[in-house]
Amino acid sequence: MAKIALRLAAFGYLAALLALPVASIFYRAFEHGVIGFWQAVAQPDAIHALWLTLLIAGIAVPLNAVFGVICAHVLVRSHLRWKRILGLLVDLPFAVSPVVVGLALVLLYGNQGWFGPWLAAHGIRVIFALPGMVLATMFVSLPFVVREVVPVMRETGDEQEQAAATLGASPWQTFWKVTLPSIRWGVAYGVVLSAARAFGEYGAVSVVAGRLAGITQTLPLYVDERFESFDLTGAYAASVVLALLALATLFSMNALARKEA
Amino acid sequence: MSIALRGVTKRFDRHVALKDVSVDIESGSLTALVGPSGGGKSTLLRVIAGLERPDSGDVLIDGQTAVDVPVQDRGIGFVFQHYAAFKHMTVWENVAFGLRVRKMRRDAIRERVDHLLHLVQLEGLGGRYPSQLSGGQRQRMALARALAIKPEVLLLDEPFGALDAAVRAELRAWLRALHRDVHVTTIFVTHDQGEAMEIADRIVLINRGHVEQTGTPRELYERPANPFVMSFIGPITQLGDAFVRPHDIDVRNIPAESSLEAMVQRIVHLGFEVRVDLMLADGRGAWAQMTRDEVDQLELRLGQIVYVRSSRETRFHSDLPSHAVLGNAG
Repeated sequence: MAKIALRLAAFGYLAALLALPVASIFYRAFEHGVIGFWQAVAQPDAIHALWLTLLIAGIAVPLNAVFGVICAHVLVRSHLRWKRILGLLVDLPFAVSPVVVGLALVLLYGNQGWFGPWLAAHGIRVIFALPGMVLATMFVSLPFVVREVVPVMRETGDEQEQAAATLGASPWQTFWKVTLPSIRWGVAYGVVLSAARAFGEYGAVSVVAGRLAGITQTLPLYVDERFESFDLTGAYAASVVLALLALATLFSMNALARKEA
Repeated sequence: MSIALRGVTKRFDRHVALKDVSVDIESGSLTALVGPSGGGKSTLLRVIAGLERPDSGDVLIDGQTAVDVPVQDRGIGFVFQHYAAFKHMTVWENVAFGLRVRKMRRDAIRERVDHLLHLVQLEGLGGRYPSQLSGGQRQRMALARALAIKPEVLLLDEPFGALDAAVRAELRAWLRALHRDVHVTTIFVTHDQGEAMEIADRIVLINRGHVEQTGTPRELYERPANPFVMSFIGPITQLGDAFVRPHDIDVRNIPAESSLEAMVQRIVHLGFEVRVDLMLADGRGAWAQMTRDEVDQLELRLGQIVYVRSSRETRFHSDLPSHAVLGNAG
């Protein structure tokens, strides 16, 4: 009896909070049939927003993967005293509101910001342009690779790396042939999570993007703009595309988890 | 290839793992670094390998200073206690690793790996992953992997520590035979003095970060430098102020010259060997290792008064024994 009650509680909770809202979006998006949905999605601004979202994730996620592995390596293998501070820094994006992240970037790279004048003088535009949006996305999706790789690396230990060194492998060879294969599932998991976060990021990107339709508008920003303009079909259709992206990442994560087991 | 350490000191935070250690290891020898856990023997091995950098002192490999030579260029084979197998590679790939990073020719690699798998009796298991091997097989794979690069020096860190007794005995004999055939300078770490005595030509006894004594197994057993060495390298008991091996205690029913009176407290039959616990007149305990026949001849019983003396004893004048030292006897 208690078992059934627990299961009902778990399913009810997930249904009310997750499944129902997502299902309602699908329902509303297809309210005017597949053709209505398709017309909404095929808007040039919508297609550009999807392309921009994929582009930003395509830059931010690989960079986070590379630096995430480096950070994890330092966190696990080095004996530095200040590595606790590094650990706290890595977790910062979990704690700081994305809007604050966006504002901080404006303060640094905006026209009135610390680096703003120098950048402007050299014709580099960060805020209201792609670089700022990539930076904001990197900031919020930074912890995932590190947090997934650290426990795997800690559990694996460094004996295999030492063995590789005694066998004549250079540090570079050791990394590619021994370290990376032993943490590959952690990296893959972290990449999937950080991609999901990158696709969906709204707050930080919205501050630095300037949200010019067809130029600096990502998919989440597009959804918001459509919604504000009372184009509900357009908003729901774009939401469905976003949801499908998220579902695809989740399924790939699931597939990875199964492969690992 | 000979190895020498000169005044090597190594600290980990506040713990001094090695203090001012100097050791010479002859080319082609089979040397055991033996001592209690935490005494610094593994650190010494890792310093030789280049896995740890000494804080001060020098490591000479074949007369050349090696402190600044990175691990991968030292040409040493290292076998880890817990195998350090590359889990994502097959047995064959594990053994081939050192040859592949050297960019050796493919057919030469194949030939060498196959030969080594045969040498360690793992032929036919090359396609397996380390997780599909037993502990003994994994350790043999680790040995083959270390030998693949034709090291001038083979270092083994507690190589048989994680294996059960039967496999351990088999691998000991196998290592001894391997050394006879390959004749590479070999150093292994063990906390088991029996293992050291059985396999090694020379023993370096390390305790609390320094070398207590170096010599052949027989020298350490028969001429220990101090009570610690004597107690670590074999059983020890005390008659008065003298340290005695329990098998050197002579037990009789009648007094003899310089014999001490003692009472039999316990008789433990261990097959051929019998352990007799004694209480001396001064209230201190001792024990004698006797044969079954000796005990039968004396008709030893509990509470019986006997007269004991040692046929060979050792006195250490400079270094009086402490209880800690005697605590290691058992």
